[in-house]
Amino acid sequence: MKHLLSVLVENKPGVLARVAGLFSRRGFNIDTLAVGPTDDEHFSRMTIVLDAEEHSLEQITKQLHKLVNVVKINEFRQGEAVNRELVLFKVKADAKNRARIIEIADIFRAKIIDVSKNNVIIEVTGTTSKIKAIEDLLSQYGIVELATTGKVALSRG
Amino acid sequence: MATTMSDKKIKEKSIKMTGSEALIKSLEAEGVEIIFGIPGGVLLPIYDALYMNRKVKPILMRHEQCAAHAADGYARATGKVGVCIATSGPGATNLVTGIANAYMDSIPIVAITGQVTSSVIGTDAFQEADITGITLPIVKHSYLVKDVNDLPRIIKEAFYLAKTGRPGPVLIDIPKDISLAEINFSYPEEINLPGYKPTVKANQKQIRQAAKAIIEAKKPVIYAGGGVISAEAASELTDLAELAHIPVTTTLLGIGAINSNHKLNLGMLGMHGSRFANYAITETDLIIAIGVRFDDRVTGKLAEFAKGARVIHADIDPAEIGKNVEPKIPIVGSAKNILHALVEELKKHSLPRRSEWLKQVDDWKKRHPLNYEQKNGIPKPEFVVDTISELTKGKNTIITTGVGQNQMWAAQYYKAKRPRTFISSGGLGTMGFGLPSAIGAQFGKPKDLVFVIDGDGSFQMVSQELTTIKVNNLPVKIAILNNSYLGMVRQWQQIFHGKHYSASCLQADYTCEPGCSQPGGKCPPYVPDFVKLAEAYGITGLRVDKAKDVKKTIEKAIKIDGSVLIEFVVEKEENVFPMVAPGAPINQMLDKDDIV
Repeated sequence: MKHLLSVLVENKPGVLARVAGLFSRRGFNIDTLAVGPTDDEHFSRMTIVLDAEEHSLEQITKQLHKLVNVVKINEFRQGEAVNRELVLFKVKADAKNRARIIEIADIFRAKIIDVSKNNVIIEVTGTTSKIKAIEDLLSQYGIVELATTGKVALSRG
Repeated sequence: MATTMSDKKIKEKSIKMTGSEALIKSLEAEGVEIIFGIPGGVLLPIYDALYMNRKVKPILMRHEQCAAHAADGYARATGKVGVCIATSGPGATNLVTGIANAYMDSIPIVAITGQVTSSVIGTDAFQEADITGITLPIVKHSYLVKDVNDLPRIIKEAFYLAKTGRPGPVLIDIPKDISLAEINFSYPEEINLPGYKPTVKANQKQIRQAAKAIIEAKKPVIYAGGGVISAEAASELTDLAELAHIPVTTTLLGIGAINSNHKLNLGMLGMHGSRFANYAITETDLIIAIGVRFDDRVTGKLAEFAKGARVIHADIDPAEIGKNVEPKIPIVGSAKNILHALVEELKKHSLPRRSEWLKQVDDWKKRHPLNYEQKNGIPKPEFVVDTISELTKGKNTIITTGVGQNQMWAAQYYKAKRPRTFISSGGLGTMGFGLPSAIGAQFGKPKDLVFVIDGDGSFQMVSQELTTIKVNNLPVKIAILNNSYLGMVRQWQQIFHGKHYSASCLQADYTCEPGCSQPGGKCPPYVPDFVKLAEAYGITGLRVDKAKDVKKTIEKAIKIDGSVLIEFVVEKEENVFPMVAPGAPINQMLDKDDIV
């Protein structure tokens, strides 16, 4: 089962290595990990998506808590938080089908941010299901490359 | 945290000094009297600051691994934080085993490493190793000092982290330029670690629930471990056992948490535990687990472990609770606090005497005692340990052990009476731990009789430390149980690998025929001659190969002022019994007669 953890950490050197090292040492898998500073420069927020059973999730959070630089961990259940990820798709597009691809992008409120003779790059922001939907549609034209930020999230309210 | 006088004086005025001097001043403020280590290139400024210092004494070890083990032994014997120091690169990597050992057994040590100058970090400079990276999975926390002004704060935090909560090793990596840089030194009073708030005081609701379960239980057992010793909770443990009439079994690291001669003590449980301890934990309806982690060497086959029992699991580390066994009643807190609270809560109630259960346990004790048969002739290793235990019982004695058969016999037959007197490498199982940890223990407890019980294999991993013993006039007594094998490996080969003694014979050489499983006969001579080895270091060496000489030789060794090494040439193929095969339930124990 997928879980979304929001981990507040001290903004100190080596913290990312400690967190990543813990996951690999204890045999836990990270799906995505996004990290950046918060409004307070002393702290960073890591948003981690992982696939784990309930029991392992409990171990993961307890072990994470033991890291001295980890300040707070929230697990966001469905509906408790808003989450987004940003994906860039490089899609094969020539003069013939470019218009249709732009139409798809419009429907998903995605942006065309680069156009060349054979490709376009589309920027799309949203939830996993929205991204999956546009990816399915774009794949029929041929996705050349894809880059994602991973999920970032904040609790509602 | 306690503040000492010198601590206060330092705080009153900030003084200009170098990073090295600030390091030593900080160690003084933490009450450090001794550091185990070896100098090297990038440590020159730090050792220079130690040169004229009278408060912090550097002990020159002969290998950095042993420096870490000595700090570990010092910490286990005294309850204080042990400190070791090593230079960059190979010095630092040599510490790794010792740090891992302290991590697995939750022992508070601070390891200081020198690092190459900041400006060349990352360039593969001479003797550069990323020691904070290398040790990441085996430290409680670590620091690479990037600004000399952070140094006092980092040292303060390191000691605090090492000894509070679940104790463990903390590493501080100090680049040479930081040691040389100038600092306006003052030692901080406050600690600000927003992510570190260990729970010490137990939740009262959980305590009440646990007390209720204890009152209701018909056949409870206390399963106590190293957490009881590190929390200084031995007397509270005995109070609980006596008040509520509950037998106690301990882990290897829990030995000494309750007097071995106490009528409620069942000794060690697990793979080489006593039958009565393993039977009791299998039949129990309530396990009161305190300061333990349900290690596989204790539980055997987890699915079969104490199937009918409810579990109260009390530990300072919430991550241990539910890791291997899901408890009915989890309690997070220090063992001392929890045990005290439990005793107070139970005092409010009338408690069952459990005479039937205690009679059953006593009956197991009588029917299945630990035993060995010593005939005239070659001494049995069990007999040697038994005799050491008997002859040292009137003295303040500390035992340290190697790892393997020697360790298990020591655990089974040595009668520890107080906490911090049985020092052994549990989680990591580090051969060679006995001798250097004895050095640390003897420095920490100069008046105690420190006795190493070691194997010939274990001892040879660290024998260079005889120098450290000799030059510091440490009166450490060393008993080597020489069976000319890596004995525990040989035992497993005998039982599980059809007696294929592959590379476990310490007499074998390259001319030996493949397929040999018979000690004796045309074997090459044993190397080294331990008596001559001891003498080469200026230490008294004695050899015993007859059972009748065991007692008088140990008596003689105890009488001699300085260090003595006794080589006991013991029965070669003696096995540690009882034994639970790996993966088997712990009430299915093998004995001598089960082995072909």
